[in-house]
Amino acid sequence: MFDIDKWQEILSTIKKNKLRTFLTGFAVAWGIFMLMVLLGAGNGLSNGVSSNFQGNAINAMWIWSRETSMPYAGFQSGRSIQLEMSDYEAIGEMENVDKISARFWIGDRTYAFQSEYGTYNTQACHPDYKIIENFQIKTGRFINNIDMQYGRKVMVIGADIQDALFKNIDPIGQILRVGNVPFKIIGVYNEIDPREGTRQGLIPLTTAQKLFNAGDRIHNLALTTHDITKQESEQVEEDIRNLLAKNHKFNPDDERAIGIYNSLENYVETMNIFRTIKLFVWLIGIGTLIAGIVGVSNIMLIVVKERTKEIGIRKALGATPGSIIGLVLLESILITALAGYVGMFLGISLMEGVNFMMEQQAQAQVGAGGDRGEFRMFMNPTVDLRIAVSAMMLLVTAGALAGYFPARKASSVKPIEALHDE
Amino acid sequence: MITLKNIHKSYFTGSNSLHVLKGIDLEINQGEFVSIMGSSGSGKSTLLNLLGILDNYDKGEYHLDGKLIRNMSERNAAKYRNETLGFIFQSFNLISFKNAMENVALPLYYQGVRRKKRNAMALDYLDKLGLKPWAEHMPNELSGGQKQRVAIARALISQPKVILADEPTGALDTQTSYEVMDILKGIHKEGITIIIVTHEHDIAAMTDKIIKLKDGNIGDLIINGDLASFKKNYAKELQTL
Repeated sequence: MFDIDKWQEILSTIKKNKLRTFLTGFAVAWGIFMLMVLLGAGNGLSNGVSSNFQGNAINAMWIWSRETSMPYAGFQSGRSIQLEMSDYEAIGEMENVDKISARFWIGDRTYAFQSEYGTYNTQACHPDYKIIENFQIKTGRFINNIDMQYGRKVMVIGADIQDALFKNIDPIGQILRVGNVPFKIIGVYNEIDPREGTRQGLIPLTTAQKLFNAGDRIHNLALTTHDITKQESEQVEEDIRNLLAKNHKFNPDDERAIGIYNSLENYVETMNIFRTIKLFVWLIGIGTLIAGIVGVSNIMLIVVKERTKEIGIRKALGATPGSIIGLVLLESILITALAGYVGMFLGISLMEGVNFMMEQQAQAQVGAGGDRGEFRMFMNPTVDLRIAVSAMMLLVTAGALAGYFPARKASSVKPIEALHDE
Repeated sequence: MITLKNIHKSYFTGSNSLHVLKGIDLEINQGEFVSIMGSSGSGKSTLLNLLGILDNYDKGEYHLDGKLIRNMSERNAAKYRNETLGFIFQSFNLISFKNAMENVALPLYYQGVRRKKRNAMALDYLDKLGLKPWAEHMPNELSGGQKQRVAIARALISQPKVILADEPTGALDTQTSYEVMDILKGIHKEGITIIIVTHEHDIAAMTDKIIKLKDGNIGDLIINGDLASFKKNYAKELQTL
């Protein structure tokens, strides 16, 4: 394999036929280049769209109440439904429900710290809400069960509030006045998805019940399911609807009465689309690649034909069939691997370049305070190294395959036939 | 050195079979200088293929240097060929992108001899044939006679027991042909068995034994440089032409 003579011989044949080798290599390089660009673009699309799901847990479900649209059990339509703590407890006991939090909005209040103040929204929730919303805790901690138990006047504020009110002061342990009520800051959270914003304060639900007259009423329920399939998740959705229909006496078929957003369903559907896109990308890419490889095989057949005489001489002088196969195979692998590498390098460079430019642009937008709330379609259009390496392996295998048949043909050359003058 | 017993060989193309060698019995001793003659289709190329272990035979026995050659794997055949036989061809068959020295060294490459050593040996052999100044030249920069001398050096470098030459002078003018034959005679004097396939009577006449093939059999055997009788036959043939 690492025999200087063999390599010299391969190089000298390649040198003798520069244009032919270049064209062959170009077909392969083009194939792999297209594969990389397509895969990169597919990844970009997939990364862009799935980044829109990152703000929440992907298996989250959101339930809110509306008005009935069908008369049921003696009630007229148009009745508003009010979710209550009993719904929270009943749904929390369901089999596939993992984390659950009730939500209650207190509405806009003035937040004041020392001489700084601003108007922000306050939301009451359970400790599980952190996982459902996929909050990142920047400093401090989130609401815990003890806060809940004692209805403590504690608050987790969004990073935006920290920036606005706490300039250079560590907010943890500071007292923030919400309206007239003092709250102790226990943590600061951040959102992964910048669209959601961090302009609200979170307090324990029990605190809201005591201080803000929430009583048993809740506005909204958020939950995550266990690791279940899309079908099971849809079943959970239906069970919740039936349960609430029974508790609140509305028609279970009344889709208007209760709103449910199932992010898993959406996520799975979106991901399915991308899986299909990816599949097509691979199909097209590999198709292009095969065209290139058939080209290599073709060229190698011609090379073998041209070198019949030389191969005959070698055999007469004592070359074994193995050494002849090795010669042709190595040349084929060399051309495909080198050309493939060049194509891959160019493809990856292009996609990395596009990625770099996009990131620059995104940063400029963030700097200008623009980017928020935009639905992203395209992000990080790069191919990861694992795929690139496996594509490379594929190429070398393909090169070997492309060379194999010509090589076998070469090894079956009968020396005397090859050496006879025509 | 070479013993053939009742050798048969047929070629099959589709449903047709062509019986080329029909029971050849032949003995060539070590150090003999033999030529094989015959019209085209008489089976001389086939015979050379068999002798050179480049093809298998159907029936009979072929002993080369005391070893029975039969149904050898390609690998073993290649090895045996490399160690025992040297080939010289009509059209020289040098590899065009290698210089004279590298061409001569090629058999040693297949023996696994290291590059430096085999190139040094190749230079020695080129020197013997008076070609040392041309060692770095490519084949297309050499004259026909020089090319054939390079080819002879290549055949000799593996120190073979038998040299098989297929029309070695076929592409050369008379004077160069005689020079090449002189070289072959010199090699013969060193004790190497030489078998030449030729259709030129004057070339054949320089050998010690002439085997004439006719329709797959040995038609005539002219032994021991019996030049007088051969020349008579030769003259007769010329008359009948």
